[in-house]
Amino acid sequence: MRNPRFFLKVPLLATLNSAMEKLKRIVCREFLNKIQNRSYVVLTFLSPALILGTLFLMFYLSRVNQKGVREILLVDASSLSVKDAFLNTATETYTDLSMLGLEPAKELVRKNKYHGLLYLPSALGGGGPLTDSIVYFSKEMPGIFLLNSMENHISDRLKSHRLGLLGLNAESIAAAEVEVVINPVSFSGSTSLKSFRLMQLSQGMVAGYLVMIFILIYGTSVMRSVVEEKTNRIVELIVASVKPFELMLGKIIGNAMAGLLQFFAWGALLLIFGSFLVPFIETNALASASLSSTGDGFGNLNDFIQVLQWMPELPWFQLFVMFVFYFLGGFFFYSSIFAAIGAAVDRETDTQQFLLPVLLPLTVAVYVGMLSVMSDPHGSLATVLSMVPFTSPVVMLMRLPFGVPQQELMISLALLLLGFLFVVWAGAKIYRIGILMQGKKVTYKELFKWIWQ
Amino acid sequence: MNCFILQTVQLLQIEAVNKAFGKSVVLKNISMTVPKGSICGLLGPNGAGKTSLIRMVNQILLPDSGKIYLDGTLLAPKHNRIVGYLPEERGLYQNMKVGEQAVYLARLKGLSKEEAKQNVSYWFEKFQISEWWHKKTRTLSKGMAQKLQFIIAVVHRPKFLIFDEPFSGFDPLNTALIKSEIRQLRQEGSTVILSTHRMETVEQMCDHAVMLHKSEKVLEGSIKSLQKQFQSGLYEVAIKAVDKEKARAVLSSKYTLLPADFRSLDEDLTFNLRCDEKLPSDQLFRDLLNLGSVSHFVEKIPTMDAIFKKAIA
Repeated sequence: MRNPRFFLKVPLLATLNSAMEKLKRIVCREFLNKIQNRSYVVLTFLSPALILGTLFLMFYLSRVNQKGVREILLVDASSLSVKDAFLNTATETYTDLSMLGLEPAKELVRKNKYHGLLYLPSALGGGGPLTDSIVYFSKEMPGIFLLNSMENHISDRLKSHRLGLLGLNAESIAAAEVEVVINPVSFSGSTSLKSFRLMQLSQGMVAGYLVMIFILIYGTSVMRSVVEEKTNRIVELIVASVKPFELMLGKIIGNAMAGLLQFFAWGALLLIFGSFLVPFIETNALASASLSSTGDGFGNLNDFIQVLQWMPELPWFQLFVMFVFYFLGGFFFYSSIFAAIGAAVDRETDTQQFLLPVLLPLTVAVYVGMLSVMSDPHGSLATVLSMVPFTSPVVMLMRLPFGVPQQELMISLALLLLGFLFVVWAGAKIYRIGILMQGKKVTYKELFKWIWQ
Repeated sequence: MNCFILQTVQLLQIEAVNKAFGKSVVLKNISMTVPKGSICGLLGPNGAGKTSLIRMVNQILLPDSGKIYLDGTLLAPKHNRIVGYLPEERGLYQNMKVGEQAVYLARLKGLSKEEAKQNVSYWFEKFQISEWWHKKTRTLSKGMAQKLQFIIAVVHRPKFLIFDEPFSGFDPLNTALIKSEIRQLRQEGSTVILSTHRMETVEQMCDHAVMLHKSEKVLEGSIKSLQKQFQSGLYEVAIKAVDKEKARAVLSSKYTLLPADFRSLDEDLTFNLRCDEKLPSDQLFRDLLNLGSVSHFVEKIPTMDAIFKKAIA
């Protein structure tokens, strides 16, 4: 004889099976509807192209800038021969017109193609402030790098002169200078140089920002889809076939899949294009660095190249896995809220009053989270923000490259899961009642009433 | 025993259902049945609770108390498969293709992909809209969209069909088409609920009716039994009497005569006659024949509108 439980299980399994089938169909429709959208396709292919294009343009422009040689005239009225500090480089040539005097030299600049005229007054040797006495005459405002470079030349020369007056030897002082860099080493054995730390920070920031952007784009997409079904009046037909919870979950999963696909597509495209572009940038950057003796035009090229070389050493795999976890967790968490908002209103424009409390924690996560991680990735503010489900998907990703204790990670994930379950439950309650409500402006009080109804 | 009766006679049985949204009561102790194979009119003015009741049968809303049985068993998610629904406020996904949309919604009702495609094709051919399969729904005219919505409701060949104000917004041609299709579906074995506030539609199409008013059920029964119940003993009469005054006087002594609300082609004596006592109609007819030749004799059957007004009075 069969176990009596068998008879209970069969219809239960059949119901579950049918629910799963329906959920699958809703997920498929939402996913296909999203990825077949023209703006999705454009955004998927255009974004990596834009990122790499901007990078490429940045290098191209820096090279174009360096190719042009600026001809600068010098009138040195001081007795310190400051003009001797100005040596010709690949980007600037200096012509001494001290003999000509200031006014004729100014006339020359005005009438010819000289970039400008640097005037060094006779009072340079004194001990007073030099802010107003040195002047650069030009038709156009000079760039900050050029001014910086000229200021450095003058400053070095004057410093050397004053050291001489004080009876000190500039060369000895230069030889005594020691560059100090503190390399933090954790007890787990990981060492990080200062630049490497900056890279860790950037990696976390990018991941955190990406999660926030994806939550916003795809969360609002879920909301729009709910509002569309409601204004279309098709929702009643759908919920006569599937449970509102299944419909809501289907929308969220479908959009999450579309979001992940876009993220993977971006990653793949960036990797493919990047593999061609990075060697090109490296080569050109090195060439540029060797061209510019001052190094001021694009000062940190060597650092940048080092950053590119260090990239493979970052914990990409761990970050990738955690990105997927936190993206899905955060997305499900926020999308349930977005879906509930969509269900509670009649028009998309009515969503604004409910959006602020949702956008606020995300903004806090990005900006407060960023500052707290920058100042101390293991401080109490960063730790708390990486635990609270409203902010953890963003802040934990920012903290991760600095190494997060395993138990903290587990607690954060568990809290996110619990938060997600609660929000999905509450969101589904609002959704179930809201989708059939027409022509009524819902208040916060009513929303809370629906949850506990 | 009860269960056996339910399975054989009634497709839908609602027992003491109550529903309120906050303080507003939308259904008060509603009990009703829908016989298998019937077209049942769910009548009532706007706000009577018809749509809420329909939403409960569709499991969109849950009753606060009471029970609903469908096809002999307590209403459960598995019943979605056997229910077809055309809501009053109906819509479509505007960006989806027409055929794709019908197939998707049929599959949500539990059909396989092949079954869904086959059934949708059958209905598209029947309604001569096959060439619209690959067009976007937003390009459909209102009439075409209404046809598509009807197809979506019936495509999975449900045992039980619920139409909420199915003819609202339809042009006369489409109304006739949909009416004939509903009758055809009934003949093929489906049971239909037709929710409307248009009483004449119920008279034309239904053989059973339930009337709701202010969240309560006021009447239920077959159309014939309701009309019998509200029979007023009113007749339209025209007689070719030689002495019209005498005839009028004789009849007035026994019956109540009212001004005629119909037209006679000849110069006959015409009036509406009310039998205050329950007399058999052949007795009345004999009384009329004694006064002259009868050219017009029709019993006035109460309209659903009149029945409804009497019921709520």
